[in-house]
Amino acid sequence: MILDHDTILLLSCVGAILVVASIAGWLLSLRKMSPAAKAVVANLNARTRSWWVMAAIFTLTLYAGHVWTTVLFGLISFMALREFITLNETRRSDHAVLFWVFFIITPIHYFLTGVQWYGLFSIFIPVYAFVFIPFRKVLAGETEGFLNSMARIQWGLLVCVYFVSHIPMILAIPLKGHAGKNASLLFFFVLTVQLSDVLQYVWGRTCGKHKIAPNVSPNKTWEGAIGGILTTTAISTSLWWATPFSPWEAARMSLLLCVVGFFGGLVMSAIKRDLGAKDWGSSIAGHGGFMDRIDSLCFAAPLFFHLCIFYFGTDANPMPPEWVRHMLGR
Amino acid sequence: MMRPFVAAVLRVVTGARPHPGPLHDGDRAIYFANHTSHLDFALLWASLPRELRDRTSPVAAEDYWGKPGLRRWIACGIFQSVLIPREGIKRANNPLDRIGSVIDEGRSVIIFPEGTRSLDGRPGEFRAGLYHLARRYPEVPLVPVYLENLNRIMPKGTILPVPVIARVSFREPISFRKDEEKTAFLARARHALLAGKGPG
Repeated sequence: MILDHDTILLLSCVGAILVVASIAGWLLSLRKMSPAAKAVVANLNARTRSWWVMAAIFTLTLYAGHVWTTVLFGLISFMALREFITLNETRRSDHAVLFWVFFIITPIHYFLTGVQWYGLFSIFIPVYAFVFIPFRKVLAGETEGFLNSMARIQWGLLVCVYFVSHIPMILAIPLKGHAGKNASLLFFFVLTVQLSDVLQYVWGRTCGKHKIAPNVSPNKTWEGAIGGILTTTAISTSLWWATPFSPWEAARMSLLLCVVGFFGGLVMSAIKRDLGAKDWGSSIAGHGGFMDRIDSLCFAAPLFFHLCIFYFGTDANPMPPEWVRHMLGR
Repeated sequence: MMRPFVAAVLRVVTGARPHPGPLHDGDRAIYFANHTSHLDFALLWASLPRELRDRTSPVAAEDYWGKPGLRRWIACGIFQSVLIPREGIKRANNPLDRIGSVIDEGRSVIIFPEGTRSLDGRPGEFRAGLYHLARRYPEVPLVPVYLENLNRIMPKGTILPVPVIARVSFREPISFRKDEEKTAFLARARHALLAGKGPG
């Protein structure tokens, strides 16, 4: 896929933001300050460096097209699910089910994403996988904690794999009257949700006072949340020209994405505390684990995907692709 | 060479991080760990800093890892293990002598004092081997290594792995005390392994 003009402009904006952030971080690191403040600046710079890497990888795969973007998010799903399952206390009797979830169900689901079989993509996990998982688990013959561990595994699969896979699917869905705008739509989505995270962090750090839910996420403040959501909505609205949205639609959509992203982060944070961890992992310097970076994206992705379809309508065919029908002899 | 590659693959697959070092005084040590999975010795070995790893031999059961073919090649060819018998021990095949000859060469060893894999991941009682080894080499530091989640990656009785993230925690080294009874020493060693962890 050759990126359209609008997406390239959006990419340049992100590049410019990162250059400014890197220079600002470098200038901050030159100043004399207390050890605590130094740690904050070091973390900020680690985050910026990780952002460069993540933005570069995302841009490359976006440029390479739907299949490579699917592969990228498939790997992200796998890593996020891995973090999720690791923090949960799974038992010996979950072993076989987990093998199916990681190495069979997740790859099949991302295969369906890659071949754009929209109908089966939508129901494979909620119907087929959720019927199969309890069947396979009951074969293990263990009743203690049965519902508990099955619920954890299914919920992990739903959030880490099913929800996240809607991100690459945004690239593939043919929206009525907006063919070829998918890359910029996906970029608009990821940029809005992630920028909202960053700006909530910046507003919270600089003028955050009143905590929203100190038990769940000690760093989230009303000032941070409202400041971050409003500035992001303003910035994203100003990018309406790159999307199929009118300015007013872009404003409503980005506001919704910011709010859903905020709650997504809060929910994943609550689960993290429930499981007794501070971060989901330690794979991404400055950020934590994969799930720490995509927590706000996972809930917003299916919502954004279906709102776009609801709003614009789609020409997507839910029936099996041609080659599958051919194989089945129909 | 193949060994750094194997170590890197093991770390990527299990998500464990290599220890930056240094781990202990001196150039050799006796690493002892809880035993829950076939992956244990491989991952502990892979998590050592490179210069220590190249001079470390895991101790493995001869009846399992000594079978000619793939197992033996993995145990001896890649990991340079010391194979010891678990049953039918005589003066001629004394496991302590075999382990001792490796330590005498200036190498470190990895041993699992429980002697077998536990089913639930919690370490069982230590057998006497660690005590006799420590008494023979009182100057060599004993490094407890706590392995977490390896029984979830590949529990006893399975051959298919699940990609749970493993953790390898190197604890403060302990040393042998001349006046200490066997049971007291083994209890102290087990406690050092579990330190920082809830009641195991």
